[in-house]
Amino acid sequence: MKELMLGNKAVARGMYEAGVMVVSSYPGTPSTEITEEAAKYSEIYCEWAPNEKVALEAAHGASLGGVRAACAMKHVGLNVAADPLFTISYQGVNKGLVICVADDPGMHSSQNEQDSRHYAQAAKVPMLEPADSEEARVFTKRAFELSEAYNTPVFIKMCTRVAHSQSVVEPEERVVPEQKPYVKDPTKVMMTANSRNAHVRVENRTHDLVAYAETCDLNRVEMGDTRIGVITSSTSYQYAREVFGDSASILKLGMVWPLPEKLIRDFAGKVETLYVLEELDPFIEDHCKKLGLDVHGKDTFPVCGEFSQNLVRKCLGMDTPKTLSIADAIPGRPPVMCAGCPHRGIFYVLHKKKLMVYGDIGCYTLGAIAPLNAMDLNVCMGASCSGLHGFNKAMGASGEKNSVGVIGDSTFMHSGITGITDIAYNMSNSTVIILDNSITGMTGHQQNPTTGKNLRGDPAGKVDLEALCRAIGFNRVRVVDPYDLQAVEEAVTEELAAEEPSIIISRRPCVMIKGTKHQPPIQVDASRCVGCRMCMQIGCPAISFKEKKARIDPTLCIGCRVCGQMCRFGALPGKEVTEA
Amino acid sequence: MTKNIMIVGVGGQGTLLASKLLGEVLLRQNHDVKVSEVHGMSQRGGSVVTYVRFGEKVYSPVIDQGEADVILSFEKLEAARWLSWLKPDGLLITNTQEMEPMPVITGAAVYPGNLVEKMRAAGARIIAKDFLAIAMEAGTSRAVNVALIGCLSLHFPDIPESEWMAAIDRVVPEKFRELNKKAFSLGRKAAEEGTNA
Repeated sequence: MKELMLGNKAVARGMYEAGVMVVSSYPGTPSTEITEEAAKYSEIYCEWAPNEKVALEAAHGASLGGVRAACAMKHVGLNVAADPLFTISYQGVNKGLVICVADDPGMHSSQNEQDSRHYAQAAKVPMLEPADSEEARVFTKRAFELSEAYNTPVFIKMCTRVAHSQSVVEPEERVVPEQKPYVKDPTKVMMTANSRNAHVRVENRTHDLVAYAETCDLNRVEMGDTRIGVITSSTSYQYAREVFGDSASILKLGMVWPLPEKLIRDFAGKVETLYVLEELDPFIEDHCKKLGLDVHGKDTFPVCGEFSQNLVRKCLGMDTPKTLSIADAIPGRPPVMCAGCPHRGIFYVLHKKKLMVYGDIGCYTLGAIAPLNAMDLNVCMGASCSGLHGFNKAMGASGEKNSVGVIGDSTFMHSGITGITDIAYNMSNSTVIILDNSITGMTGHQQNPTTGKNLRGDPAGKVDLEALCRAIGFNRVRVVDPYDLQAVEEAVTEELAAEEPSIIISRRPCVMIKGTKHQPPIQVDASRCVGCRMCMQIGCPAISFKEKKARIDPTLCIGCRVCGQMCRFGALPGKEVTEA
Repeated sequence: MTKNIMIVGVGGQGTLLASKLLGEVLLRQNHDVKVSEVHGMSQRGGSVVTYVRFGEKVYSPVIDQGEADVILSFEKLEAARWLSWLKPDGLLITNTQEMEPMPVITGAAVYPGNLVEKMRAAGARIIAKDFLAIAMEAGTSRAVNVALIGCLSLHFPDIPESEWMAAIDRVVPEKFRELNKKAFSLGRKAAEEGTNA
């Protein structure tokens, strides 16, 4: 029966139908739902790995063990998984292995806009790119067949608009192929002669896959008016059809690596003006140019940002629809930390102390936004620890006494451990604050190795953060309650003053976790409120300012009482000892 | 002909349930349907938008400026933010609730006054009502989404009310069903009572 299905869910459905047995991933928008939806099928073992490298290695291990396996990650996650990727390409698979990678053109929830197709080319791994949910389901199944037929991992490449759009899917039954026995094969050890032979095999494989790409039904020609021809893929195909209807001919590529040659040449020969419509880098365009074709691409359409139908129209000099407007400036509505968010108190103190804050990837990146303005830098998962270390090596005491790294619990497990090891081993006097809110927040509340629960919420192993940090070599490891501003300030002041590296663990569960205890909302004592706006400095969405007094929105306030610690006039109730 | 409906609001207001209900109903009418939204960063109290498109064959998953037949807005400022997405002869249904964004809370920006009047003056056809009050009447402030869908439902004369109720049965967990059906009915009734705020 037809069903409206999220693109990511359709990938999971494809995995299910393909008989996948193991999925190992690390969450990352816009890829997270692939694994969450796969986990809803009890037949599939699913897990959150500590990071994407581990996830890919685990999924590959399962493939070697003889079952179909997969992993999913966002585009920047593939950077982390790049190390195993390149050699798995050489070593091959036993049963099918599919790597789902989701790009984020427009950077709705990402720190960069990299184009994952380059990885397919660089690692010589075929990549299929669906344009809607039904294709996501069908292509995922096909990817497993290709993986086994060509002895290679296969990419399914998503983008935000395919991953997070629902469209019509017609699900099919699950078929579980037989488990393939593991047979010891000395040529599988990737060293010297074996690797040299494997490289030759990989080059031959790409050659064979080009031949496949020439005729496979993943790539299709839709002939219309031949004055304009468009080579495109993914969501760009949808924009092309939206804009042109039948008034152009389209070559839709479902397999974006390796690319066909004859198919493209033949199509180019049938049309007068040829465009390549693709988001981000000129990947298909460069291929066409290498074939010597006269083609328009990034001379017409932008490299940066997402496309849309109007963008395509504008770039081609076509009319766009008429619009209505009003003169008023519309204030922005940036995302904010939730009312009662345990990160708020930490960032208020860091801002107040005017420290250099090397941040990381998570909800707490919102600490960079006004009025907290408490983050100087961030790069990638874990850089808060190692980047701070290098900064302090350059700055000496003037850095060490005035800077901190800030990293969430899940990000710490992902890539922070090696960074603090650099601090301890190479002895910079650095201070790192681990924001332990017992969840992976930004991506929508996934469990991680510090929470004691697995992907399905069942009891699991639990990392002891304090013991781990001590074992790495930190003598100074202390835990604070971020709802207690005075305790936070004392901890930060003392640890920065100490003549050795420190870890501060700020521990409070995310207020959005089901079951987190909320206190009753507080009330403003209007007779005491002098309208000084001190409470507004923490940027809590539950606090507003009306008729020269602070006002609390009782539907948002969870009674954390951090604002009360800001009030010098007793208008807001202050600190009360509550259980975390 | 593809029809375009946008659902706009503030992260946490329940726009996802609204789009899910709408998508369910439209799919059962044998339309091709696409529903597109962005998850992640935007959900933390930020501005959120969902695009719902239906027709014989839908290509683009997004709705662009000047293309929306209907905008269903959960908050007044968000209606103004997305106004230029409305077709000049389209319909804007908006909740009159005001939620101050952080730049307004901190005093860096001002929440513009008389937005509904200004948007009408710009030529927009508008239904503006206090859907928060309607939701409260049904029993919870969280039912704003379904009350708004109730109002929207009246603009699909070919789809009987029973189809919408059946979608609520399929999408909403049992213990919240009656409450949501009540909110739906009240929203639909409010729409019947005319288009003046």
